[in-house]
Amino acid sequence: MEHLINWIALLATVVMLAGAVAVLLLENYLAAVAATTVVSLGAAVIFVVLRAPDVALTEAAVGAGLSGVIMALALRRLGLWHIGTASDAGDDAPDNDTGRTG
Amino acid sequence: MRNALSLLFIAGLAFLLFVITAGLDFGAAPMLVGQGINQASPGQVGAANIVTSVVLGYRALDTLGELAILFAAATAGGLMLGRPRADARHDPEAGFILLAAADLLFPLLLVVGLFIIVHGHLTPGGGFQGGVILAAAFFLPLLARPGTHFNHPGFAVVEGLAGAAFIVIGLLGLARGGEFLMPLLGQGAMGSLLSAGTLPLLYIAVGLKVGTELAGLMAHIAEYEAVDP
Repeated sequence: MEHLINWIALLATVVMLAGAVAVLLLENYLAAVAATTVVSLGAAVIFVVLRAPDVALTEAAVGAGLSGVIMALALRRLGLWHIGTASDAGDDAPDNDTGRTG
Repeated sequence: MRNALSLLFIAGLAFLLFVITAGLDFGAAPMLVGQGINQASPGQVGAANIVTSVVLGYRALDTLGELAILFAAATAGGLMLGRPRADARHDPEAGFILLAAADLLFPLLLVVGLFIIVHGHLTPGGGFQGGVILAAAFFLPLLARPGTHFNHPGFAVVEGLAGAAFIVIGLLGLARGGEFLMPLLGQGAMGSLLSAGTLPLLYIAVGLKVGTELAGLMAHIAEYEAVDP
């Protein structure tokens, strides 16, 4: 049982790190917002492993749900809500080029 | 130069974090306050969920401060965003899947949110977590049908009443028990729904306030006219 919990914690940590790196590397803003919620979900799993279910519930509700929705709505307000990547959008969305990385 | 300074800063921060974490056992509590509260709380407050007895019993004033911060943030957000123009363009109605899911999930989210709020003193969760779920429940129809009217004044009235109820319960505790937010009404049988005195009432107030506040904030952001694509 103790081993299993260690493996779950390790898996959650790897998923969180992958999500955090994905936020930096993803070109699509909406996908980056989704990746931040993955980080929060991993944190919620780690809080459960640490026997803090109250904090885990808060992290899942606020970190994964609410802040993701608010960031996505902010993207919509800024006109950056596109399903495709910045390079797909092409000429008809010139304001998109400012957000392109590299 | 700037890059080198940033690298130096990050290296220093990593070193500090490493030194701190190296001295801690993973998962072991370094403080003794928790053990004291674990022993004293069942007799003093009577909540099966010890976290609730801390949040609404021993540190209830902090919770009131937290609510005040949330209120200030939501008010500032509402002021910043203002009102959309009367002729503002709405997003089109969502597709079939989101429409059907919104209709199905609304009662489900409502029940889950209320359950988590009402059982805050028995099981993990409570006013804040359940309130966020309630906010999601009320925001979902707006996501599916962007043109629908969101009853901002009604939500503001519920929010104000819930916030006032929290303070009134606290003042009653001050009048009867001698301290602000002192739990009243007796502890009851530990683990039953009607136990832990006024803590469930406080959590219902917190849940309604957080739920209506966040739903109003999200509706504010969503109603604001989108930039032309």
